[in-house]
Amino acid sequence: MEADFDVIIVGGGIAGSVCAYQLAKAGVGVLVIERGTSCGSKNMTGGRIYTHTLAKVFPEYAGEAPLERKIVKDIFTYAGKTVEYPSADLGSQGEESYSVLRKGFDQWVADQAENEGAMYITGIRVDDLLVEDGKVRGVIAGDEEMTSELVILADGVNSLLAQKLGMKEEIRPGEAEVGAKEVIKLDAAVIEERFGVAPGEGVSWMFEGVSTLGHKGNGFLYTNKDSVSLGILTTVGDIDCSEETVAGLVDKLHEHPEVKPLLEGGKLVEYSAHLLGKGGEVTRPKLYGDGVMVIGDAASMVVNRGYVVRGMDLAVESAVLAAETAMAANEAGDYSAGTLASYGEAVKNSAVLSGAQENIKNLEEVAEVFSE
Amino acid sequence: MTIQDKLGVDKFNTDELHSHIQVDKTYGDKEEIQRVIRVCPAGLYSLDDDGNLLFDHLGCLECGTCRVLSGGKVIKEWNYPAGEKGIAFRQG
Repeated sequence: MEADFDVIIVGGGIAGSVCAYQLAKAGVGVLVIERGTSCGSKNMTGGRIYTHTLAKVFPEYAGEAPLERKIVKDIFTYAGKTVEYPSADLGSQGEESYSVLRKGFDQWVADQAENEGAMYITGIRVDDLLVEDGKVRGVIAGDEEMTSELVILADGVNSLLAQKLGMKEEIRPGEAEVGAKEVIKLDAAVIEERFGVAPGEGVSWMFEGVSTLGHKGNGFLYTNKDSVSLGILTTVGDIDCSEETVAGLVDKLHEHPEVKPLLEGGKLVEYSAHLLGKGGEVTRPKLYGDGVMVIGDAASMVVNRGYVVRGMDLAVESAVLAAETAMAANEAGDYSAGTLASYGEAVKNSAVLSGAQENIKNLEEVAEVFSE
Repeated sequence: MTIQDKLGVDKFNTDELHSHIQVDKTYGDKEEIQRVIRVCPAGLYSLDDDGNLLFDHLGCLECGTCRVLSGGKVIKEWNYPAGEKGIAFRQG
């Protein structure tokens, strides 16, 4: 029986929509199913996106994508000291990057895919997968079934669906961080004055957590166009290392003597939280099976090594690689695990995804590296 | 600003009737319960005056942290809310 679609992608975040864009452009019939009322409405980031991979997919992104500010200054606070560097001096850590807010950005990526002919359904939660003889044949949402030759799971860090398929183990508390963030509205001119940046330019600021907050984890601050993203990341399994609540850690950062004056007069417009995997091959799920592939956060495509926290650029890379494999499978009319294995190989051979094993652990070491 | 005030700024499409998280309110390990209370970034877990665990799924940011910490213990079942329901970020 003919499937309803060539490819169904579960999740309309960055990974899902980049993959959909690539496939639609190549003429592959693709449906994206997003559980939020619109793409991006369930997603949040710290956040800073390194745009090297995005640039390969959307060469004109800089003028078109709703990015916030280009990061030109990296500030680190550790052991009571604050140091700052021009981002351009920081090598891979300082390469072209922007502050970003996901609601607008994810919607933009989805729009690009839709313009190329990808179909989107929003407001539908995929509950399970249709599996026959070990092959994934579609999705189940409530009473409805939709079939496809291939299902691509881009359903985020929790990926309950990859867990249901037995491709991914439950995340262990020591292998995940919880992030909580405030978005605080401030006039663009005030941001530029207080942070010493020009219009369109912004800063990234990382706070070594242990000494400054009395808790394991890091604080972060990113300047957006007319708001500041302020938040913390702390390892879920470290919850016993103090009596502080996760929500309380955000308040502590807000009250930090170097931070508080910079936010004076600001107005909270959103409070959000999200899990972040620690990334790396150890936590990576099985990336493919008969009729199925896993990309983005669902596939643990993230680097989280103390001061280096990046995932969106890896999400793009994994989406592009999965799309290449899906196109080849479409061409061959064969979506078996044997064919899809080329995605696993591509991930292994990707400099972006495998070179992500940075081993610098904390800001003190970073500062030493950068001051050499 | 209290956590309730912060959540008050967010937009939710609330599903008053169905909780997407099932909690074992009679779970015996008090320390584990304290961990869950501390770890939820939305502060949705609390104790009443008699020390009983209270949980309110409204206000959930859908991060999954409680499940990762205490799945199979205090957290019996964890799912995303039904399509369209729950948090709707406007910034992200």
